[in-house]
Amino acid sequence: MKTAVCIKQVVTRDWPLRPAESATWVRDDDASFEMNEPDAYALEEALRLKERHGGEVVVCSAGPARISQVIREALARGADRAIHVESDALSAAGADAVAAALAAAMQDESFDLVLTGLQSDDQGFGQTGVVLAERLGLPHATIIMEVDIAADGAGLRVKRELESGWFQWVAMPLPALLTIQSGINQLRYATLRGIMAAKRKEIRTVPLDGVASQGQRILELYVPEKTSATRFIDGSAPEAARELVRLLREEARVL
Amino acid sequence: MAVPDVELHQDLRSAVGELCRRFPDNYWRDLDRKEAYPDEFVQTLTEAGYLAALIPEQYGGSGLGITEAAIILEEVNRSGGNSAACHAQMYIMGTLLRHGSEAQKRAYLPRIASGELRLQAFGVTEPTTGTDTTQLQTMAVRNGDLYVVNGQKVWISRAEYSDLMLLIARTTPREEVAKKTDGLSVFLVDLRTAVGNGVTIRPLRAMMNHATTEVFFDNLEVPAENRIGEEGRGFRYLLDGLNAERILIAAECVGDGRWFIERAVKYANERVVFNRPIGKNQGVQFPIARAHVNVEAADLMRARAAELFDGGQPCGAEANMAKLLAADASWEAANVALQTFGGFGFAEDYDIERKFRETRLYQVAPISTNLILSYIAEHVLGLPRSF
Ligand SMILES: Cc1cc2nc3c(=O)[nH]c(=O)nc-3n(C[C@H](O)[C@H](O)[C@H](O)COP(=O)(O)OP(=O)(O)OC[C@H]3O[C@@H](n4cnc5c(N)ncnc54)[C@H](O)[C@@H]3O)c2cc1C
Repeated sequence: MKTAVCIKQVVTRDWPLRPAESATWVRDDDASFEMNEPDAYALEEALRLKERHGGEVVVCSAGPARISQVIREALARGADRAIHVESDALSAAGADAVAAALAAAMQDESFDLVLTGLQSDDQGFGQTGVVLAERLGLPHATIIMEVDIAADGAGLRVKRELESGWFQWVAMPLPALLTIQSGINQLRYATLRGIMAAKRKEIRTVPLDGVASQGQRILELYVPEKTSATRFIDGSAPEAARELVRLLREEARVL
Repeated sequence: MAVPDVELHQDLRSAVGELCRRFPDNYWRDLDRKEAYPDEFVQTLTEAGYLAALIPEQYGGSGLGITEAAIILEEVNRSGGNSAACHAQMYIMGTLLRHGSEAQKRAYLPRIASGELRLQAFGVTEPTTGTDTTQLQTMAVRNGDLYVVNGQKVWISRAEYSDLMLLIARTTPREEVAKKTDGLSVFLVDLRTAVGNGVTIRPLRAMMNHATTEVFFDNLEVPAENRIGEEGRGFRYLLDGLNAERILIAAECVGDGRWFIERAVKYANERVVFNRPIGKNQGVQFPIARAHVNVEAADLMRARAAELFDGGQPCGAEANMAKLLAADASWEAANVALQTFGGFGFAEDYDIERKFRETRLYQVAPISTNLILSYIAEHVLGLPRSF
């Protein structure tokens, strides 16, 4: 089975975020970067499927030269080779532009299975996977918690996460695209041997075909203003507690 | 000289950093409280192959240089962990690699590389002779195919968590050799069979969680085939392993230093007293800035020493200077962090006091600051020998 895993590089979690001058993205010229977390789970799932069913795992990434860092990391963890659509125009690009760039580079590979993370830790659109599926003409399923490939390799069953602790099993044909939920497996470490082996693996760099799609644009990015209002809740303790929970859930949205 | 592989270094840093993130502050804090050995961490680092970085590929390691090994240990300490639990597994084997027979190397190195065998105890220091290594009292007397060992070592770290111990003992009495550096030999002691049969290990409670011990030898029989290299040349073998150790310890200190500074900066930015972050006061920020400058300067000396080492050039002066500068810088950073945290620096939950205790060691072990200064004075500057 030939599996593609789409991996994005994002600014590390503890990087202090400040909007760039353009006010459409954060200042990241001197940031440190890491692999988008849901993509790490997608990669792990692909590696596990390969261990069970054989085949090949190909990393597909779109972005500027710096993303080679996460590509190498994926190869160090066990992916077999990589395709890097390299363009500065793709740094901080939206889901549409990234999906278009990836689709063009992946088209001729005829993958049996394409995995992406459910969403990215930075933009959080959750769209790259589904737009990519459309562009590749593949059926897709989202928020995947478990992947079960039929013994004959003809199709698969996947478990989707719904709201409120509900799950759903879906049967679908192959080839297909799945967007993977974080936490569905236990991530492996990159071993020193893996890092050394990755140096000999192929990273095929392809230029962006044409200009980056502008189908979707970020208009403005800003830091929400902090306010520090105090509100007193009247009533008996049980009433006040109920109201407090409601406010925390519906207004503060912290529960 | 080889061009540094910048990508590899970046990959190593991020991979080791990633691995260490799964062993957060409270993992180390709990072990410290219980004085327990970080088994799971060491096992994970071993399985991922990092401790075999310096073992040549033909013996199952990765054949990397001291530069890469230093990055690995630095990242462990920088993450808030403590490499001292396992750093010796990386470099003690160097004596075996450089001076062992081909049969010894084949017998041990691949299993050390895989982690099946731990060689991370080194028996040098003795209670009565301390730093004056050539005066050590432990004797190994040849008897046919065996050596019979009697004596005592102190501060032997990780002996309880090691399958093998590298031991230095006198094989020819001091009075019978021309030079005091002659007559010492190095052995590989198999602790799995020796404990209870001539070896007793007694844990030493110390200021920090270091798994250090006293080791007693009472007619321990060591097969002659376990001697490494020639009889009587052990002191030289010991010396030529020291540069690697100095550079790696320096790297750990740099990692500690960076950790302290990162924590101090974060706290100074967040802690508000007198209606302003404490870091806004130059009295708070200057010491942090100075400590940072010193850590970075020490790191350059460490990098230089490592570069010379990997290029096969003499690096005794640089390795010693790197160890001194880095140990001083990490200790300064530790003090600055403790001061920045104020009272909270003393609270176990902030980990500053733990790392403070841990990094203090490097002023004394594996070599004390004075001894480095005397090396520099005598061997680099040509000042008179003082002892
Ligand atoms: C936690 C810990 C772990 C250790 N692990 C190991 C280990 O695994 N294996 C091992 O073999 N050893 C180990 N050691 C021992 C360590 O290497 C020694 O403690 C160190 O070399 C100093 O020896 P000493 O303690 O006997 O001090 P001493 O030699 O008694 O020296 C005491 C002080 O006097 C100073 N001094 C001595 N002579 C001179 C001089 N001529 N000029 C100026 N100053 C001088 C020293 O610098 C030192 O500050 C460990 C020690 C500790 C604390």
